[in-house]
Amino acid sequence: MSTFVANPACSPEDIAAEGLKPDEYDEIVRRLGRHPNRAELGMFGVMWSEHCCYKNSRPLLSQFPTEGPRILVGPGENAGVIDVGNGMQVAFKIESHNHPSAIEPFQGAATGVGGILRDIFTMGARPIAALNSLRFGNLEDARTRQIFTGVVSGIAHYGNCFGVPTVGGEVFFDEAYSGNPLVNAMAIGLMETDEIVKSGAVGIGNPVLYVGSTTGRDGMGGASFASAELSDESEANRPAVQVGDPFLEKSLVEACLEAFKTGGVAAAQDMGAAGITCSTAEMAANGGVGIELDLDLIPEREPGMVPYEYLLSESQERMLFVAHAGREQELIEIFHRWGLQAVVAGSVIEEPIVRILFEGGVAAEVPATALSDNTPIYHHELMTEPPEYARTAWAWQESTLPPATTAGIDGQSWGQVIVAMLSSPTIASKRWVYRQYDHQVQNNTVVMPGGADAAVIRLRFPSGETRPAQANPAANANAGLAATVDCNARYVYLNPYEGALAAVAEAARNLSCVGAEPIAVTDNLNFGSPEKPIGYWQLAEACRGLAEGCRKFSTPVTGGNVSLYNETLDSNGKPQPIYPTPVVGMVGLIPDLAKVCGQAWQAEGDLIYLLGVSTDSIGDRAVTLGGSEYLKRIHGIVAGQPPKIDVALELAVQTACREGIRQGLIRSAHDCSEGGLAIALAECCISGEKGASLTLPQGQIRLDTLLFGEGGARIVVSVSPEHQSDWEAHCQKYLPDVRQIGVVAAEDAPMTVSSPSHGLLFSLDVSHLSDQWGNAIERALSK
Amino acid sequence: MKFGVIVFPGANCDRDIAYVLQDVLQQRVRMVWHEDSDLSDIDVVVVPGGFSYGDYLRCGAIAQFSPAMRATAEHASQGKLVMGICNGFQVLTEMGLLPGALVRNRDLHFVCDRTSMTVERTNLPWTQGYAKGQIITLPIAHGEGCYYAEPDAIKALEDNDQVIFRYSDRSGSHGSATNPNGSINHIAGICNRAGNVLGMMPHPERAADPVLGNTDGLALFEGLLKSALVAV
Repeated sequence: MSTFVANPACSPEDIAAEGLKPDEYDEIVRRLGRHPNRAELGMFGVMWSEHCCYKNSRPLLSQFPTEGPRILVGPGENAGVIDVGNGMQVAFKIESHNHPSAIEPFQGAATGVGGILRDIFTMGARPIAALNSLRFGNLEDARTRQIFTGVVSGIAHYGNCFGVPTVGGEVFFDEAYSGNPLVNAMAIGLMETDEIVKSGAVGIGNPVLYVGSTTGRDGMGGASFASAELSDESEANRPAVQVGDPFLEKSLVEACLEAFKTGGVAAAQDMGAAGITCSTAEMAANGGVGIELDLDLIPEREPGMVPYEYLLSESQERMLFVAHAGREQELIEIFHRWGLQAVVAGSVIEEPIVRILFEGGVAAEVPATALSDNTPIYHHELMTEPPEYARTAWAWQESTLPPATTAGIDGQSWGQVIVAMLSSPTIASKRWVYRQYDHQVQNNTVVMPGGADAAVIRLRFPSGETRPAQANPAANANAGLAATVDCNARYVYLNPYEGALAAVAEAARNLSCVGAEPIAVTDNLNFGSPEKPIGYWQLAEACRGLAEGCRKFSTPVTGGNVSLYNETLDSNGKPQPIYPTPVVGMVGLIPDLAKVCGQAWQAEGDLIYLLGVSTDSIGDRAVTLGGSEYLKRIHGIVAGQPPKIDVALELAVQTACREGIRQGLIRSAHDCSEGGLAIALAECCISGEKGASLTLPQGQIRLDTLLFGEGGARIVVSVSPEHQSDWEAHCQKYLPDVRQIGVVAAEDAPMTVSSPSHGLLFSLDVSHLSDQWGNAIERALSK
Repeated sequence: MKFGVIVFPGANCDRDIAYVLQDVLQQRVRMVWHEDSDLSDIDVVVVPGGFSYGDYLRCGAIAQFSPAMRATAEHASQGKLVMGICNGFQVLTEMGLLPGALVRNRDLHFVCDRTSMTVERTNLPWTQGYAKGQIITLPIAHGEGCYYAEPDAIKALEDNDQVIFRYSDRSGSHGSATNPNGSINHIAGICNRAGNVLGMMPHPERAADPVLGNTDGLALFEGLLKSALVAV
């Protein structure tokens, strides 16, 4: 300790360079009882970043429900873990890689996938599926096209090579994300070890193993970089973007699972953000012990590195283990067989500190909890009134739109409007994206991307692998897992509370549309700066909405990620915040994979029903053009109140749909989201390569609200005529008001929509719609 | 029948094929580590899909030098059965067990999809479960699946009836619109002159389990098993 007493005070420039505020520096000095050296300052810089310690969001996150009968591991570990029955357990989590992807789209997105996969297998689970939630600017902008194509290639590169199927996701395009894309990656794994591997270091004197790849200068200070606004100078931060090696990670997952199964590993922690600093601090703090680590023993990628660089490197594909004493050699041999590094680089010590040795001396010594646990918290004051932008938006009225008549609107026929909507990149088929992802590797993909409202995979242990002793896979042989990621950020922007609640409702609805019961949530909060009143209002209100939604839909939050400061500075230095985007990743259970639904019409003559708010009872705010894709795409307006969620109705609709599927009564199900009822119906036609004849009764509402209004807890289902009476009797139990709205037509028949009061609104050739919808993204890219 | 599935670091379809052979078809399977060179107990060697050794240098370029692949070449030279799927096909062309090469897809993107193809030849253990000209649908997943060979080599392949699968549309017509990667002559799979070595880019093991819907790949494995019965 005495070697540190003489440290001079750090310069304001050095403090700022680590992303620390002057007050935070004073707090560091107080806690250490001395000034930190350069390496220690760097450690505090990354560990006290929002990315690592949630200093702005923690008070808000505490309101999330985190417990439930199926929750085995909640927030705080590398991933959440749920019980899926018969001794089988599933780990899952979502994480963002927004800032790296803005600067270097390919590697930024690739390492985002690599990081979330490590979070899963650190727990002892083999990754069995990946999803992603992506947002970009307008595809007409060349830089956006470059970011978009780079991100998709990066995700494909890492996931495909690693061998995890990328089975689902969402992609949105809006100017609000120009220059600051959102890249949120979610992964799901099936536990293969008897015990869930935790991160808390145990056993004084136990060896600490460094395994995986070497440590180099890449990704220096990525966590602090991720917690600052992007600017013109961000390009110079390119070294803060890591470079991934999925081949190495594929070997790492095999070696780690093999090592865990020996019982020789006492604890494990992935090296993600803040690398060695974060993993040592978290393992020590979570275990209530200390860790001493000798940097001279760390396998280095290049010579001449100083402690600061070792400690802040974010080189990928590395892990830290605490081994049971005496078992280290056995573990090291496993890693060597897979061609990976593995060395004993330190030990667990009693004193609760992180002590870093270098060239025979002590290079850093910091209380573990000061870095990872007992970190600063900022309480911001919530605006007492909604901000002006929201109040202005809420004042908007549908009546200010041009008249909507049988002929159309503003000189466009309804057919033209439908085609324009379907070719909006946000609504259009994402085939160009998911075709680049291997979505079938591992042989468990039950529903292909684009085939249904949620991804569905079979839960199966791989051939020849040992499995948890308590697992009884035979009893779970037909069981599947459904997963989805959802958020309509325009709703959240207009009304953060309602929008976040709607994201939870939509995720649960999507799972219900494949026949799954929603179980649990992982959330990714992508927001602007919380230090600005509007930014904090959006964050706080959205968290309140998420918490309420997760309680109401009985889907506790098991963890997630917070990404703040998602703002770009324009050339005038003016911050441009993104839309507040709380992405909900939700998983659900399917007891019998033989009873799963897609969105495509199955057979001519099937009866089409609309669940939820019926077209002739639309009123109030349940179904509205406020915040709709139609309003944005056709009229260039972002305004109004987003649809208001009726939780009781949602639950009834979702139960009716889920149970209907499980009883074999429903042949297809698709929820109404962006674009409303008309677009949902068109998508069912396109997917099923069949027409439909539809009649939509209309109350006192505009024709465009009828066709494109969003909300209303609505699901479109098709039912075989032979099941009509059983289906209608089933519906009576949940939804007395359900009505048939049409019939599925033949393969070459058009999609025809009429209203009893207006007659025929449009009749469109399905193959034309299919071409417009199916190739819109390719067309936008080839411009 | 006993199958040996070669496991390279970076292989990621090894367990998928093992699952189909072992759990769906109840066959004996041994996972053969790439450093292992004894294949004497194996009837059929399967070189699976994935990214062997990260596909550094070139797809399949490093894998050919492994002890297990040298043993596979020996296995093939004895007239025994060897099949390479996807990355395994790339490995077999790299080592010269099959002619030609697999290069970047025409549009430079990785492609994962289901595609129709015609079965061109059925008098082989690999395809006797199909009817000649049968149109089947199999999954594909590759970035470098565009089959290329010099014109003389292509002519020899065609003359000797070595093209086994050809990409087509749903009605069996061949054309560039339904060729997913730009392969010459729409080639999806070929065999060697003797017919005991098969290489194919499509994944039959991903279409061999009724729970997942498509079972068009199952006939390939069932045909193989039938050939074993005849041999006994």
